[in-house]
Amino acid sequence: MNKLYESILKAGRMFARVLPLIFGTILLVSLIVTLIPKSFYLRIFQNNVFLDSIIGSAIGSVSAGNPLVSYILGGELLKQGISLIAVTAFIVAWVTVGVVQLPAESIILGKKFAFARNILSFVSSIIVAITTVFILGVI
Amino acid sequence: MKKIKLSASGFFLIIVLLIYFILFITDKALFYSSMSFFGSILMRIIPIFLIVFVLMVLVNYFITPEFIIKHTREKKVKKWFFIIIGGILSSGPIYMWYPLLADLRQKGLSYGLIACFLYNRAIKLPMIPLIILYFGWKYVVVLTLIMIFVSVIQGILIDKIMEVKK
Repeated sequence: MNKLYESILKAGRMFARVLPLIFGTILLVSLIVTLIPKSFYLRIFQNNVFLDSIIGSAIGSVSAGNPLVSYILGGELLKQGISLIAVTAFIVAWVTVGVVQLPAESIILGKKFAFARNILSFVSSIIVAITTVFILGVI
Repeated sequence: MKKIKLSASGFFLIIVLLIYFILFITDKALFYSSMSFFGSILMRIIPIFLIVFVLMVLVNYFITPEFIIKHTREKKVKKWFFIIIGGILSSGPIYMWYPLLADLRQKGLSYGLIACFLYNRAIKLPMIPLIILYFGWKYVVVLTLIMIFVSVIQGILIDKIMEVKK
């Protein structure tokens, strides 16, 4: 019972920590989506498989925070006409590449490991995005 | 008097609310259309948040660092399997896991397995309902399987890179 209470408390604390960020992000996304016309996104993301995935990965890599935010952001961007490849690369890089955590990772697990892992994760986010969308197109 | 500590996410929300306040004064039409968009997103995700919360409680209840440590002692292929499962089921911020992983490294866990664990942390079981809401279940299945496959490839590559002498 005590363990269950602790688990609820831990999940509650995590939610309490993340909720302001989620509300803030949704408010910001709502404003941006209302303010910026779809044509603007379509100018940046031109349905070029490689360019879209690289841009998506680059933005995801420098972003940090709870993955919940990346899913909401990615889902809303998809509705604005941004390609699924760019959104997938963005989501995958958000959770696998940690530019913000890189100093901590380097100190604790070693510089060589941290850099190699993050570079590989950046490249693989592009590969994962392209492969996922290709397979979804086939099945 | 007790000082109230404001977290980074709280600070971020206040900044956004300030922008909305300025918008309310300067452009009421934009304010109302943005708020209506905000409301529509919120209505969609609130029920999903309830499911996410329940799943998070379950993961917190069953998966502990002790559970992960126990299963990293398995043999070869089984070890990769448990590292993948451990990565997927682990919760909490990533920096919380660095000291534990460094400790496991000293106890003989390879860099490749650590990379594999960290990559699979990207697959968050409690968040799956939200991903399904936005992208559909087919997308979730395909993306998850590809990410698990890539995590193993990345682990093998990291082991090769770390083997190369400085």
